[in-house]
Amino acid sequence: MARVLLFGRLRDIAGWSERALPADTLGALTAALAAEAPELGEALRAKGVRAAVNLEMVRGEVLLRPDDEVAFMPPMSGG
Amino acid sequence: MRFILQTEPLDPSALLAGFCAGRTDIGAIVSFTGIARDGAGVTLLDLETYPALAVRAIEGHMAEARARFELHDLFAAHRYGQILPGETIVFVAAASKHRRAAFEASDFLMDALKSQTPFWKKEHGPDGAHWIEPRAEDHADLARWNKKDQMR
Repeated sequence: MARVLLFGRLRDIAGWSERALPADTLGALTAALAAEAPELGEALRAKGVRAAVNLEMVRGEVLLRPDDEVAFMPPMSGG
Repeated sequence: MRFILQTEPLDPSALLAGFCAGRTDIGAIVSFTGIARDGAGVTLLDLETYPALAVRAIEGHMAEARARFELHDLFAAHRYGQILPGETIVFVAAASKHRRAAFEASDFLMDALKSQTPFWKKEHGPDGAHWIEPRAEDHADLARWNKKDQMR
């Protein structure tokens, strides 16, 4: 099970901020989230949305191990 | 080199005084304070972060600033949680022998905090709440440093 975190508007769209979900890859995880909640799926595919696995920014496909922490983040806006 | 990430209010005057205290080795200190505005009737700013990743990102930005500019010291403080108009969101200070490095390091660090650190702002006002999207300028600002847009 991956620990999945959502931030910013992704969290608002999904209605949750943290869940444990089974997934072997980042792509499979995103597909499962999209199948369950199409609006979230669309938001996850939006320009500028990034993912981090265990606090490392990732791009493209990534293999997931049990207990990985996967975060989906909209474009960042601090300062 | 130190930074603070906290929900409690930040006092920029006290932070600057603390940063300057006892120094005789430096010729220049530059500080920047970013404040929550009440434009368009904003009553509250909700600033969300991913603390573990923010700490890692800020450490990386500060190390990069130290490598790029001739600094004696660098400090950053960023608040998160619920922030009222007029309150300080972010404070950075840089100390160097001559002024240019301190100006540039503060500018660099602010650009990195703006678009390369996991913070998200939600404004609450008369029309409800909405997320603030990063502006195109934020990425143009970053591009001035030939810094890779790691978080985009």
